[in-house]
Amino acid sequence: MDVDDFSVADYDLVFETADAMREVLGREIKKVPTLRGKSVVTVFFEPSTRTRVSFEMAAKALSADCTSIAAATSSVAKGESLLDTLRTIQSLGADLVVMRHSASGAPYLAARHLDMAIVNAGDGCHAHPTQALLDLYTIRRHLGRLAGLKAVLVGDILHSRVARSNLSAMTTLGLEVTLCGPPSLLPGSNGDAGWPACPVETDLDRALEGADVVMGLRLQLERQEQGLLPSIREYVRSYQITRERLARARPGALLMHPGPVNEGVELTPDVAHGVQSVIEEQVTNGVAIRMALLYLLLGRGQ
Amino acid sequence: MGGKGFFVAEKVILTEADIRRAVTRIAHEIVERNQGAGDLVFLGMHTRGVPLAHRLAQRIGEFEGVEVPVGALDIAFYRDDIPTRGAPPVRPTTIPESIAGKAVVLVDDVLYTGRSIRAALDAVIDFGRPRRIQLAVLVDRGHRELPIRADYVGKNVPTSRSEEVQVRLQEVDGLDAVVLVTG
Repeated sequence: MDVDDFSVADYDLVFETADAMREVLGREIKKVPTLRGKSVVTVFFEPSTRTRVSFEMAAKALSADCTSIAAATSSVAKGESLLDTLRTIQSLGADLVVMRHSASGAPYLAARHLDMAIVNAGDGCHAHPTQALLDLYTIRRHLGRLAGLKAVLVGDILHSRVARSNLSAMTTLGLEVTLCGPPSLLPGSNGDAGWPACPVETDLDRALEGADVVMGLRLQLERQEQGLLPSIREYVRSYQITRERLARARPGALLMHPGPVNEGVELTPDVAHGVQSVIEEQVTNGVAIRMALLYLLLGRGQ
Repeated sequence: MGGKGFFVAEKVILTEADIRRAVTRIAHEIVERNQGAGDLVFLGMHTRGVPLAHRLAQRIGEFEGVEVPVGALDIAFYRDDIPTRGAPPVRPTTIPESIAGKAVVLVDDVLYTGRSIRAALDAVIDFGRPRRIQLAVLVDRGHRELPIRADYVGKNVPTSRSEEVQVRLQEVDGLDAVVLVTG
């Protein structure tokens, strides 16, 4: 559902399991028979490539059967409700559903009414827990630890479920988090509920000082029509992560981005593909993390 | 502890010296049976098979002057009891070099039902086609449920199913001993 109720021990278990999954993904035959006979269905009511494909590859590497439903080509287009769609999938014999929905809280509703396991692959502006897990896992692999690191999340914090889940995970795991962005895109300014207290900084140069981890967030262009930003050009001037700005962080600091990147907006291309960027590795680790979750959820005793 | 009876009896069946001698003998047997140590690969099964595999390799290095590659195998992904017993913790598998055409020796601490070995065979074969696979164990306690036997055995110990054989190794437990726990 979300990482809010994860303990440090839960994170350790998922990360250690993901280490074993990375080994499987590095093999010549990237498949183990562990979840044979289990079926996983992905239901995406919002567009996505990396998350959906990542879950599908994870399920297949563990030998589970995987079916994908896109809302546009399903009975949802005929007006079937969310719960009825999911009940049908349950009756068809699914053991686990991976769902993404534009309404915050949709997976909670589903979990209350259904018996099968539900994995939240993003709900509205609320949470994107598997992204937070893979981000923290990537940081741990590179820097060897998590507690005490200084992380800066930059950009459109307010609309970002990635930021929300990361903030929760990072706080539990002992990172120092600073949120940075234009005041209109930071939580708090509009009296937003559900955001834990966290230092905010509107000056990017100051925020980056001494950071170990710099995470750019996608500027959600589709949600910028409410006049929260004067212009994209204005945003780029103040909040784009450039090579000069990144130099203010610690040497060897990681540059991350959950994708998809609006190149030339949140990041300059030389930074996005530079030596400090771990953006591509985030994608690879995403498969390992999702394999770990499927293994731990579907492998539970009956 | 134990939780099965009011009191738990522990009987030492192998001492530190016994374990050392058994490992040395098995190391010699492996070299003898394979006519040298040239194309051997040892795969220790997590947890205690891994240090045992390293000890065997070290012993062979001492008397044969050959460094046998040692890997670690986790069989969690291949178990047949995941639906009933739940997902066991997994640790990374490391295969030191290609096992195709090699003589692989699986190393484990206790041979019991044989189900772990069945899983290990599936795991090994996913990495390539070895010329042969052999099995070395420190203790064989009987009660096989599959047609599997060990090629090298430290000690055969007749047990009842209610008993438990615990292997303790310096690298994992801080001391060397094999005990039979009744309780």
